[in-house]
Amino acid sequence: MDREFKTASHRLARGRGWIQAGAALLTNLHLPNFLKGSLYQGAGKTVCVPGLNCYSCPAASGACPIGAFQAVVGSSKFSFSYYITGFLILLGVLLGRFICGFLCPFGWFQELLHKIPTKKLSTKKLKPLTYLKYAVLLVMVVLLPAFLVNDVGMGDPFFCKYLCPQGVLEGAIPLSLANSGIRAALGKLFTWKLGILLTVIALSVVFYRPFCKWLCPLGAFYALFNRVSLLQMKVDEHKCISCGKCAKVCKMDVDVTKTPNHTECIRCGMCVSACPTGAVCFRYGFGDGKQNIKIKENTEETT
Amino acid sequence: MMRVDRKAAAQLALLLVGAAMLGFGVWRGEAASVLSKAVKLCLECVGIG
Repeated sequence: MDREFKTASHRLARGRGWIQAGAALLTNLHLPNFLKGSLYQGAGKTVCVPGLNCYSCPAASGACPIGAFQAVVGSSKFSFSYYITGFLILLGVLLGRFICGFLCPFGWFQELLHKIPTKKLSTKKLKPLTYLKYAVLLVMVVLLPAFLVNDVGMGDPFFCKYLCPQGVLEGAIPLSLANSGIRAALGKLFTWKLGILLTVIALSVVFYRPFCKWLCPLGAFYALFNRVSLLQMKVDEHKCISCGKCAKVCKMDVDVTKTPNHTECIRCGMCVSACPTGAVCFRYGFGDGKQNIKIKENTEETT
Repeated sequence: MMRVDRKAAAQLALLLVGAAMLGFGVWRGEAASVLSKAVKLCLECVGIG
């Protein structure tokens, strides 16, 4: 079983780029809509996609979970979304921040930018900023849309409106290129959001995934489930030689040997590939797997 | 041993809570709200307004 997990872990880590590309494509299946300048309007948009992907992207196959949450709590009928919260809890327990590392199109976009060959800067000293995303989740996604409402009880989607760069990248830019009416309607709000997008792009070239680390409310939600997720990182203490290569290679500033299920771990598997003794691997299942190790140790002692 | 059982129980409980919340949300009509928003151009998202 351990060997199976290790082989699968290495394959997963090696094929991550392809999985990210496939996930971005599945999340945005309706590619011809880019030329038409219109949105997919089928029933598929009742269901949310796992990553941060604007539903105003012409090709979007499903709804953005963060946008959908704000749409429900900002409507006059509801002040909380059980549907989206339940969906995110299920995904959080099943996969945790594996979604950030493998399935989120905006995470992949930032990673591609980071591949541009320039001087790279560490985010280790900026660790306090990682708590900002929890404030964004609480204030801009949950509280403001639910409580700052107009006369008919409707609230703005504050995160989508003032902070999310995905709407400009996937929605405003392609739609305005194909549709002159939309192009003419873009105003100050677009300029503000374009500024945010350009800032994120510039930061992504020098820092690894700055939006995921500091601002993403979806990443913040999944981060809360990393410790209880069925998908976990596992370090075999008997095989670990404490060389520190795993911590050094981690671009999310996590030491997998100390905190294998840290909130910032996006399960990218770089530590799996870097480990010279094969001590680090993914594990999937209920519990934390220590029971299996204990049983193995007892068997070895008796033989 | 006890800790392992507790973790598995917590995982199972969270899965059940998630499924129940999702089902309750669909039952009270939230999925329709999501669809009606997602099929239209989100003006705030693209920066109109």
